[in-house]
Amino acid sequence: MKFNLKIWRQKNAQAAGKMVDYTIENINADMSFLEMMDVLNEQLIRKGDEPVAFDHDCREGICGMCSMHINGRPHGPLRGTTTCQLYMRNFTDGETIFIEPFRANSFPIIRDLVVDRSAFDRIMQVGGFVSVNTGQVQDANNIPVNKADADLAMDAASCIGCGACVAACKNASASLFVSAKISQYALLPQGRIEAQERVLAMVNQMDEEGFGSCTNTGACEAECPKGISLTNIARMNREYYVASIS
Amino acid sequence: MSVLDSKIPEGSLENIWSDYKSHVKLVNPSNKRKLEVIVVGTGLAGASAAASLAELGYKVKAYCYQDSPRRAHSIAAQGGINAAKNYKNDGDSVFRLFYDTIKGGDFRAREANVYRLAEVSASIIDQCVAQGVPFAREYGGLLDNRSFGGAQVSRTFYARGQTGQQLLLGAYSALSRQIGLGNVEMFSRHEMVELVNIDGKTRGIIARDLKTGKLERHFGHAVVLATGGYGNVFFLSTNAMGCNVTAAWKAHKKGAFFANPCYTQIHPTCIPVSGDYQSKLTLMSESLRNDGRVWVPKKQGDKRKAIDIPEEERDYYLERKYPSFGNLAPRDIASRAAKEACDDGRGVGESGLAVYLDFADAIKRLGKEVVEARYGNLFDMYKHITNEDPYKLPMRIYPAVHYTMGGLWVDYNLMTTVKGLYATGECNFSDHGANRLGASALMQGLADGYFVLPYTIGDYLSGEIFTKSISTDHPAFVEAEKAANDRIEKLLSVNGNRTVDDFHRELGKIMWDYCGMARTAEGLIKAKGLLSQLREDFWKDVKVTGSANELNIDLEKAGRVADFIELGELMVNDALQRNESCGGHFRVEYQDEGEAKRNDDEYAYVSAWEHKGVGHEAQLHKEALVFENIKLATRSYK
Repeated sequence: MKFNLKIWRQKNAQAAGKMVDYTIENINADMSFLEMMDVLNEQLIRKGDEPVAFDHDCREGICGMCSMHINGRPHGPLRGTTTCQLYMRNFTDGETIFIEPFRANSFPIIRDLVVDRSAFDRIMQVGGFVSVNTGQVQDANNIPVNKADADLAMDAASCIGCGACVAACKNASASLFVSAKISQYALLPQGRIEAQERVLAMVNQMDEEGFGSCTNTGACEAECPKGISLTNIARMNREYYVASIS
Repeated sequence: MSVLDSKIPEGSLENIWSDYKSHVKLVNPSNKRKLEVIVVGTGLAGASAAASLAELGYKVKAYCYQDSPRRAHSIAAQGGINAAKNYKNDGDSVFRLFYDTIKGGDFRAREANVYRLAEVSASIIDQCVAQGVPFAREYGGLLDNRSFGGAQVSRTFYARGQTGQQLLLGAYSALSRQIGLGNVEMFSRHEMVELVNIDGKTRGIIARDLKTGKLERHFGHAVVLATGGYGNVFFLSTNAMGCNVTAAWKAHKKGAFFANPCYTQIHPTCIPVSGDYQSKLTLMSESLRNDGRVWVPKKQGDKRKAIDIPEEERDYYLERKYPSFGNLAPRDIASRAAKEACDDGRGVGESGLAVYLDFADAIKRLGKEVVEARYGNLFDMYKHITNEDPYKLPMRIYPAVHYTMGGLWVDYNLMTTVKGLYATGECNFSDHGANRLGASALMQGLADGYFVLPYTIGDYLSGEIFTKSISTDHPAFVEAEKAANDRIEKLLSVNGNRTVDDFHRELGKIMWDYCGMARTAEGLIKAKGLLSQLREDFWKDVKVTGSANELNIDLEKAGRVADFIELGELMVNDALQRNESCGGHFRVEYQDEGEAKRNDDEYAYVSAWEHKGVGHEAQLHKEALVFENIKLATRSYK
């Protein structure tokens, strides 16, 4: 297979970036998208050019590090799929592929396709936890959890923190990410005790980081590689209102 | 007399750890505030240690090469975590978990360490549940368990096929809380590139800020390495792309002995290699072997489709050879059996390097819904990668490098041979012997970080309360930074013709061919020559683009591959000296009809290697393994 690639190149946070054209040939359909990028980079290095910097690590769709905007969509054309799980058979031979970084003010570009998502960490640091120190806990089965709630909590906890929801949102809202964490804890008895402080702190930090507001377009859910549900945002809002008036 | 002192306390096995905890030296709260601890790596072992130490009051600095501590590769563990809770009332106990782990490791691990691991395993589950980790539950609201390879009880706790993710996010949440409270200073996108020792004690690290390329000096009264394993020495493995040995290797070169480097785990159920462009391999959780049946055609070269091969022409070789454990035979045994079948010309798929993992019976017995609830995400993952539907066709699987049992040598306190330098989790060698059982890596990482190190580190730090923070202008810091800088300059100045990946691929091929699933003295000797040549070629002919003072992915990789090549040489030496087969180390010369043949009289020891300079033979030290509570036996799963 052969592809025309248009890739965002930007030396560093300060430099101006631009789209650069590359052509790549002899690509096997069973190659993953990132392996295609590896091939491109090795070709660039052989020519003495600098490779395209991009974030990636586990390459099995769970670490949340890969983050490309492909043909205008975070993580590319397939539903429920991270960039690292895309295969070239998902594209057409001869196609032109646009590859850009996730775009959001709260995710500043570091280089090429690499963006800074540390805002997510800072949101977690103000409340994304149960305040329990090591060793001061009871037997695990003393905290029974209704299976339905446990399953819903697990659905929410499946979030990989990649930031596709922000990149997909016209407002660059982080609501899906934040609500997934809020929901996980809100649904479990362990998390109820701090539920009010948590939701207030995390929503406040989300605003501080400059993420936009949620206007319920649902783009985040549509693009989320883990299928995190919009109902989490509804749950977060409910938690937030309750906490605000009590 | 060996220079290795494992510092295992005297006493009966059941009481060693509780006695230790009652008598270990403590540090009072006001002194803890003055003591700084560096933790490198934020996977299960690192994040849990950093959080727990900060909770105790130490000043902690944590480092990871990823953009966030939440991304460490522990996150990819699928199947579960073992704990001797006996919630299933099926006869489990601390002793059984201990025994299974020792036996699973082919009697090449320390009794006292493994017993402690089994002992604290139950507390890990308590801790994680309290943190809000959403483990699988039964309808009554209590925790569910599944069974795993190498055990006859159900003691594995799980969160769908994403147990590692959930446990890591639990540890990450505890770490985040401590960062928020100001007790941990977090350095993401930082890579440790040198260790700093002063007067025989570790006092800090040199880290490279991967965003800016700047080298930074960081002081700590103690340094904890929780930097994972070195499976990527094989180029293709189930490790994340960034997993590397660099931090551990720098420590090794600064005096920390490296133990059992040849013990590598080849996991039996991975998606087979499909082409030479392949960058990594993907694991399919061992939990699949609970319900999936492994088979190959009885006939050699049988190219029929799986569904066209009738039942009587299939060889369910694990069930045939190991009737009491069947498809749940331990990993090393299952992997070797798959290799044997393929070597025998009965492998399936285009390459012939694969066996079937078949769910047809399970779907018939349980229904598709139940199978989907148990393994849905794994089936989806398989389909993504192979474009085949495992609900209809059997999966094709083949062994792949997955975990490294070897690592930095540590004593009972988890301290390396350098004072003040600790190693935890996969980075150390301590608990899995020559083969790790499934669902035990998560257990060990969290045991070390939550429940062992926070106690044992006090023993050392209580002696450091009068040590003031050492200025990073100290000559040892200056010198270490210069060494790191020189190396970077050197990598950038070679300007040869071959890419870093090119070298890495060649390294991987040498290691897989000669130091992989089957090893021979002849092959290992050949590999030694090839590796030293590869090392020389690397430094003459590698091409690294860009500069030192920027985010440079090519340079990062180059430094890691250079270290992997040196490690490869040590692994080969270790495999060569161990004239026996045990666990993941299979020497073709030493076998009983395909089963590993141990030699307890001569090789019941830990090999611990002392670095003597690049290109020089490392010196071997031996720590004898003493078994007082169990009888050494031929490991049988028949």
